[in-house]
Amino acid sequence: MALSVSITVNGRRFDRDIEPRLLLVHFLRDTLGLTGTKIGCDTSQCGSCQVLLDGVTVKSCTCLAAQADGSSVTTIEGVAPDGKLDGIQQAFWEKHGLQCGFCTPGMIFAARALLATNSNPSAEQIRHALEGNMCRCTGYQNIVRSVQAAAAAGGR
Amino acid sequence: MATTVAAPARVFGSGIKRREDPRLLTGTARYTADFTLPGQLYAAIVRSPHGHARIGKIDTAAAKMAPGVAAVFTAADTEGVLHPIPCAWLVPNSNLKTAPYPPLAKTVVRYVGDAVAVVVAESAQQASDAVELIDVEYEPLPVTIDPEQAVRPDAPQLHAEAPGNLAFHWTVAGGDVDAAFSKADVVVRDRIIQQRLIPNAMEPRGALAHYLPATGELTLWNTTQNPHIVRFIVSLVCGIPEDRLRVIAPEVGGGFGSKIPQIQGDFITVFCSMKLGRPVKWIESRSENYQSTTHGRDHVQDVEMAATKDGRILGLRCTVWAGMGAYLSTAAPGIPTILHGLMLSGPYQLGAVKEDVYGVYTNTTPVEAYRGAGRPEATFMLERVIDQLADELKMDPAELRRKNLIPPFDDGHDVVTGLKYDSGNYPAALDKVLTHVNYAGLRAEQAELRKKGRYIGIGVGLYVEICGLGPSQVAGAVGFQGGLWESAIVRFHPSGKAHVFIGSSPHGQGEETTFAQIVADELGVSVGDVKVVHGDTETTPMGWGTYGSRTTAVSGAALAVAARKIKEKAKLLTSHLLEAAVEDIDYADGKFFVRGFPEKHKTIQDIALMANVAWNMPQGMEPGLEATTFYDPPNFVFPFGAHVAIVEIDSETGHVQLKRYVAVDDCGHQINPMIVEGQVHGGVVQGIGQALWEHGVYAANGQLLTGSLNDYAIPRADLLPEIEVLSTVTPSPHHPLGVKGIGEAGTIVSTCTVYNAVLDALKPFGVKSIHMPLTPERVFNAMAASSAAGTRGADPAGPGTGA
Repeated sequence: MALSVSITVNGRRFDRDIEPRLLLVHFLRDTLGLTGTKIGCDTSQCGSCQVLLDGVTVKSCTCLAAQADGSSVTTIEGVAPDGKLDGIQQAFWEKHGLQCGFCTPGMIFAARALLATNSNPSAEQIRHALEGNMCRCTGYQNIVRSVQAAAAAGGR
Repeated sequence: MATTVAAPARVFGSGIKRREDPRLLTGTARYTADFTLPGQLYAAIVRSPHGHARIGKIDTAAAKMAPGVAAVFTAADTEGVLHPIPCAWLVPNSNLKTAPYPPLAKTVVRYVGDAVAVVVAESAQQASDAVELIDVEYEPLPVTIDPEQAVRPDAPQLHAEAPGNLAFHWTVAGGDVDAAFSKADVVVRDRIIQQRLIPNAMEPRGALAHYLPATGELTLWNTTQNPHIVRFIVSLVCGIPEDRLRVIAPEVGGGFGSKIPQIQGDFITVFCSMKLGRPVKWIESRSENYQSTTHGRDHVQDVEMAATKDGRILGLRCTVWAGMGAYLSTAAPGIPTILHGLMLSGPYQLGAVKEDVYGVYTNTTPVEAYRGAGRPEATFMLERVIDQLADELKMDPAELRRKNLIPPFDDGHDVVTGLKYDSGNYPAALDKVLTHVNYAGLRAEQAELRKKGRYIGIGVGLYVEICGLGPSQVAGAVGFQGGLWESAIVRFHPSGKAHVFIGSSPHGQGEETTFAQIVADELGVSVGDVKVVHGDTETTPMGWGTYGSRTTAVSGAALAVAARKIKEKAKLLTSHLLEAAVEDIDYADGKFFVRGFPEKHKTIQDIALMANVAWNMPQGMEPGLEATTFYDPPNFVFPFGAHVAIVEIDSETGHVQLKRYVAVDDCGHQINPMIVEGQVHGGVVQGIGQALWEHGVYAANGQLLTGSLNDYAIPRADLLPEIEVLSTVTPSPHHPLGVKGIGEAGTIVSTCTVYNAVLDALKPFGVKSIHMPLTPERVFNAMAASSAAGTRGADPAGPGTGA
């Protein structure tokens, strides 16, 4: 049984017939080929699959594609489509906020969500905001510095 | 440590931004799971739900009829095609008993997750659905999961080839340990459980195999730390000649040792593609990863230390039962032996050491290298009993350490286990960390707080690490079934831009940047003009991989030597072009010039052009500007450091708050201090994870209780303090750049440092030992048990005084 959905991703509308059980993350990765969004777990802990859904950060493994019908999604590919890094990406680059890069797309959206509501977060507030995102490489410290630097530079 | 340096005079040693980051930041980097080929199928693996069972009938009929299913295979289908997965570290003089490890279990499953069958379908969902339709009859067998208990006579047996479940028994001995203990004034002992850890690289493992029946060629995209070893082993297991195998490690999302070995899923994926002639992809879920990808640690350690009453350490004697899991993984036997037992004397003048290591088969997922691999387990034993000794002698633990340190040396020091450390200045590292934290002030503060019923603990940990593995002759002598050299090619193009090709395979450590810095520093090109290529056996020269903190130490040395060959050729060509004697050609800042006449010069770009067009070459000189080096290091490198952790225990709940962590590490010269610092952060946090939170738990019946990221606690941002990173610089005397490794250092010492801090805080309660992880429950129970035993308050500064 197929379900018709219309989802706008990175500004472009996609009309697709999908299985009702299809998760948003699989819609993005497998149906649309937007593989920048990562799958790091199957229990919604790691945060590697975070995207923006109608401006709100969601873990795209916890959301059915059907739930995103009529919505607008931004993935990491939509953050710097012309290759020009946004403020958060630039800060991650400058502060060595990534090593293997696998958790990075999710971290960037977590940072964006925080800075949208708190333009000058403390280190503790940043660490709290990153609770739902796991990184095994950096020990988080340079991610915290990256978010601080992004805030200092005026957010995204 | 500065991460931004204004106008650095020298690019070597500068914390420049990483060249690899833009693609990673924008989601354009491609990991194995991100590739999809035309006609691709998806594999899903049926895994044993039992820790130990005889396989009966496997009914695949329903699965084969399921929508989208192309094929279902069991072990019977692999007969004559797939060979057992080899163990590649056959430690000598250890009575090593390997047991055949089939890619698909044939008659018996030996751990939860052991692969039994595979479904291949048109979509990943269809493959997963069909897995549910396969009915496997199992006859459960008795299970053994604990390495110490598994060697007891009544334990269930895993393999006919290994009576008593003993995979090996290895001994290291140096000095007269019995004499040391007989003349000791004091002996301290501990039993330490190095609990099982699950590596959790954020990218799970996976493979994409594409076999071309017409040519017999196979391309394998694989989540690996060592693609050239993968090619070698896949060739052995699957029977595809190495010249027809191409292995690509694309972007790899962390490894920490768990992407060294080849696991069942890799071979199964290759097999499926060989059988079906179509590309086949297998990507494990995280929960599958917990069963199918290798684990780490799992030691039971009995350790005792002998000393004089004035605090001179005389000897160390230990027995270790090291859980190997159900099969010997690729490098597994070398980890609790060579990488562990040889490091038992650490940074100390320790005259006698003896250790017996029993490698034991258990009904658990195979154990492999996990960041630090053997060295954290050795460092912990040593650093823990030193704290016990300090307690026994009523000496300060930092002072006791200082008293026993090897004095500074810069070109070789022989230790009792037979190694020759390259260089070290351990007192300097200890002094630096103690000064930085104001150690004396901390002790005074601790005493004051205890009076108020607050319990802070100060943990000190020192380490020496063996890394930069290593001379190949030594590798052979210790049973490693491969070499440990590395290679590098530097190729200059006519425009003066360069490619570097390396055989090792970084996966987050930043060598695309640091290696460009090496070339830039040697030859005066811009870092942005040097592209470092790695991870593809078809385009890169042979190399043994990225693990054991060896890539900068060994591959970096190969690259430095190759760059210097370029420099020599450039000097010869310059002398020819400028009609000067080669002895008169000097090099500085990217220019080759006639001594005394700096205006008469050629840049490396001039030379690259002239060498490539080859219009005017000296007699006998080959065209092109390219150099290849195969570098086999003369010795290992031995980084070291001293760390301090400060914790506070909530005596009402047992909660441990890590308040402060300070690391002083010495990895010789630092190519990029920003990257070094990042490696320390990550390493330290992984070690903290072992001390406080992480634990891979099996039930007695062999079920993996921590079977998902829901159940296994990896460190989170909000649980950690800022790690303070400092360094000293003691160059390696034998390395062309004077560098050592830094990838594992933090993990090697942070576990015992944090542990020592917690036990230091609990001194007033009389707690001597708690098994890790130090969860609130364990800490609380240890305090309660000690209180019940009447030890509480024994310390004059203990609870009840002034609280």
